[in-house]
Amino acid sequence: MLKHDIIEKNIGLMVLGVIFAISFGGLVEIVPLFNLKETTEPVEGLNPYTALELEGRDVYIKEGCVGCHSQMIRPLRAEVERYGHYSVAGESVYDHPFLWGSKRTGPDLARVGERYSDEWHRAHLHNPRDVVPASIMPAYPHLNENLIDSAITPKKLAALQKLGVPYTNEDIASASDAVKGKTEMDALVAYLQGLGTVITQKR
Amino acid sequence: MSDFWSAWVLILTLACLGFICFVLFSTWKVQRKDSTEETVGHEFDGITEYDNPMPMWWIGLFLATLIFGAVYFILYPGIWPGKFDGILGWSSTGELKADQQKHARQYQPLFEQYAAKSIEQLQENPKALSMGKRIFLNNCALCHGSDAGGAFGFPNLTDHDWVWGGVPAEIKASIMEGRNGQMPAWGPVLGESGVRNVASYIRDLSGLEVNATIEDLASGKAAYATTCAVCHGGDAQGNKLFGAPNLTDDIWLYGNSQAQVEYTIRKGRNGVMPAWKDILGPEKVHLVSAYVYSLSHKDKTAE
Repeated sequence: MLKHDIIEKNIGLMVLGVIFAISFGGLVEIVPLFNLKETTEPVEGLNPYTALELEGRDVYIKEGCVGCHSQMIRPLRAEVERYGHYSVAGESVYDHPFLWGSKRTGPDLARVGERYSDEWHRAHLHNPRDVVPASIMPAYPHLNENLIDSAITPKKLAALQKLGVPYTNEDIASASDAVKGKTEMDALVAYLQGLGTVITQKR
Repeated sequence: MSDFWSAWVLILTLACLGFICFVLFSTWKVQRKDSTEETVGHEFDGITEYDNPMPMWWIGLFLATLIFGAVYFILYPGIWPGKFDGILGWSSTGELKADQQKHARQYQPLFEQYAAKSIEQLQENPKALSMGKRIFLNNCALCHGSDAGGAFGFPNLTDHDWVWGGVPAEIKASIMEGRNGQMPAWGPVLGESGVRNVASYIRDLSGLEVNATIEDLASGKAAYATTCAVCHGGDAQGNKLFGAPNLTDDIWLYGNSQAQVEYTIRKGRNGVMPAWKDILGPEKVHLVSAYVYSLSHKDKTAE
């Protein structure tokens, strides 16, 4: 009989043993992804979000859009047919955190950019039933009234710059002016219209 | 994957498998062979545990999972991705491609057959039209409505009024390349009374009741001639080259009340139809064009 008593009766050893056992999975499946070109380098043509888009992204997070909409087109024929080219990791390298989501109550939004007009997005966000009668999405009329707080926009860009997003100091300096007077609706529509537009070919 | 990370994955995976085998066999070897009444010695709330050997069915299952893991590792990419992608050569994108090819073999001839026919010819083909209708419902109905009847700011496609032209080639071009109808904001140019008078004038053209004097209308007409006529035409019949709508009929994309027309003149409008050629591809655009064309030419089609 091996002396497994020793491990079972010593909590410190037990903790070390558990960490040892489960670390294999993480070391094999997660660690390489932090070091691969495919997952850490942006796809060609990818630009960081503009100040307005970035604020729109924060509205998207605040309003909980990610709770019902994924941004991850899987490499399955039906999804590629419906939404376009499957999502690739290099498209999300400037996303901190990424908003891939996993709940697919509404359609995937990874490539919703330039698919509908700005006016359609405004009408749809104001009251989805106005344009899609069977929609169960909540209405967001307040987005038209809330103004973006332009004072903190440069701080957001600066924080992302620290995380490696290639914002220039001029970008940060002009960020406040770029969002001054804009509503949350303006910002969210700008964000949505940019989503997934770097890869345009169908497959 | 670089050689370093391939080696990393390979070595750690083999080490993990080896370690599990070591734990299993070393425990298996030293355990007692027969069942016993002896307990392992601990007691929790009166519950004790016999020091019996591991049951064979359990060891069998454990071994089966180890073998499954090893076989999986050989069949699927994992040993040295990039150089050896497993015996099956499987990849998620490869599976997608195969699926798409299978689908294309089945449907591509159909799409090509329809693409070779003109939109007018397709009017006689109910199957092509119903395919076009499905594409329409999945992509276009969000703005134009599932009955294609349009909405505020989104044109009705079932009537004979076409902002950008209604012959098949024009409909197809609108869908392929998109359209952008830009009406500038005339408020700063015309001033408040100018906006009011022009709105009254063009509402009067359509036979709507207006609350304006003869002088107001005359002044509106004069302002129209210098500012609006460039796009909408001297006779206000519109110009499909700019997507400038006809202002003399009773079709109003942005409402026909005095306030709505004034708003449109004051602030301008920016109607955008997105380009669908990259999203749908030319064959599907062809089919959906045929469907859209059929909506205003229903008399020709037997439904």
